[in-house]
Amino acid sequence: MLLALSEMTMISELFERLFGSREPVSRDTAKQRLQFVLAHDRSDISPQNLEKLRQEILEVVSRYVELDFDSLEFSLESDNRMTALMANLPIRRVRSNPLEPDSPVVETEQEPRLEIEDGSIEGLEEVVEEASETADIPAE
Amino acid sequence: MAMNRIIVVTSGKGGVGKTTCTANLGMALAKAGKRVAVIDADFGLRNLDLLLGLENRIVYTALDVLAGECRLDQALVKDKRQPNLALLPAAQNRSKESITPEQMKKLVRALTKAYNFVLIDSPAGIEMGFRNAIVAAREAIIVTTPEISAVRDADRVIGLLEANDIKAMRLIINRLKPAMVEAQQMMSVKDVQDILAVPLLGVIPDDEQVVVSTNNGEPLILDKELSKAGTAVSNIARRLQGEKVPLMDLSVPKDSFFKKLRQLFN
Repeated sequence: MLLALSEMTMISELFERLFGSREPVSRDTAKQRLQFVLAHDRSDISPQNLEKLRQEILEVVSRYVELDFDSLEFSLESDNRMTALMANLPIRRVRSNPLEPDSPVVETEQEPRLEIEDGSIEGLEEVVEEASETADIPAE
Repeated sequence: MAMNRIIVVTSGKGGVGKTTCTANLGMALAKAGKRVAVIDADFGLRNLDLLLGLENRIVYTALDVLAGECRLDQALVKDKRQPNLALLPAAQNRSKESITPEQMKKLVRALTKAYNFVLIDSPAGIEMGFRNAIVAAREAIIVTTPEISAVRDADRVIGLLEANDIKAMRLIINRLKPAMVEAQQMMSVKDVQDILAVPLLGVIPDDEQVVVSTNNGEPLILDKELSKAGTAVSNIARRLQGEKVPLMDLSVPKDSFFKKLRQLFN
């Protein structure tokens, strides 16, 4: 016998409510996100220096092996108030002839440059002006 | 004579229950026969007076004492329900910069002459008000909820306390929802403890009675029959005095599965 669609969803909902849905539990997500962010908070290393550290390590490693830049992981982790630098660098292939120290390493593409000048972001000024023109505020 | 205890109650993040904890712990310790002074260190945003229901009895504040306009004992608001408890109010119309760490030390030192426990209710944040609150403390109670932002801020505060040589730190996890923990949708006591690595002083379950007691200005501890949260705070006060009290059983009652089942068909 066929069940009506509404009855089927009702039953699946019942199962979900009884046994819990299969979504990842937010408790673990919270814990993982916290551990990540605390590792950074505790280490007191600036994002700029961490990025520099990352670049330099990748440079050194890349002289000897070709890395899979799309899937590498590089992060600070923290456990029991102890911080560790964790790097997972998947290797595509080993270079038979290691590169010289100053040869360039392939990096991911650059973001477009955005700079601030005189305290305002370029291009933003016009938008702000336009907005204040349309806004209906009396002059005095 | 046992050394007097000077304890700062702090959290980093606002709204996690610092002031409620201070008010209730103060009351519980007073009830246990200790002489307790609670200091509101939140200049400009004072609330400890409200939670204790003493807001109408403030004449002078800590600033008046420092300005020499009154004696310290004149500024202290003595609780009529529990004579062992006194509140030193903060000034409401001034900023956190209106008092210096040195002045705070002076006040606390004077209070330890007459009180066994001095509890300092720290303002949220890690700026001047926080620094004032911790400067005279020998111990710290860190209050957090099992939420990601509260735990992160608690961690920051723990680092700052360590840097200020306050090593006796203990943790209160407030507003735990056991059913959510069981459903794996809230961090557990152990999760938070693993992350912060500070000895646990107690766990306070989320309890609507806290709102009611706040509304009335009657600390939970004064209830004739203690609520769950009230019992938890009372246990914490006993642990603070060195007693070994096991953690409350906060597991969800066994019959709840059948209750849920019944709810499903209703």
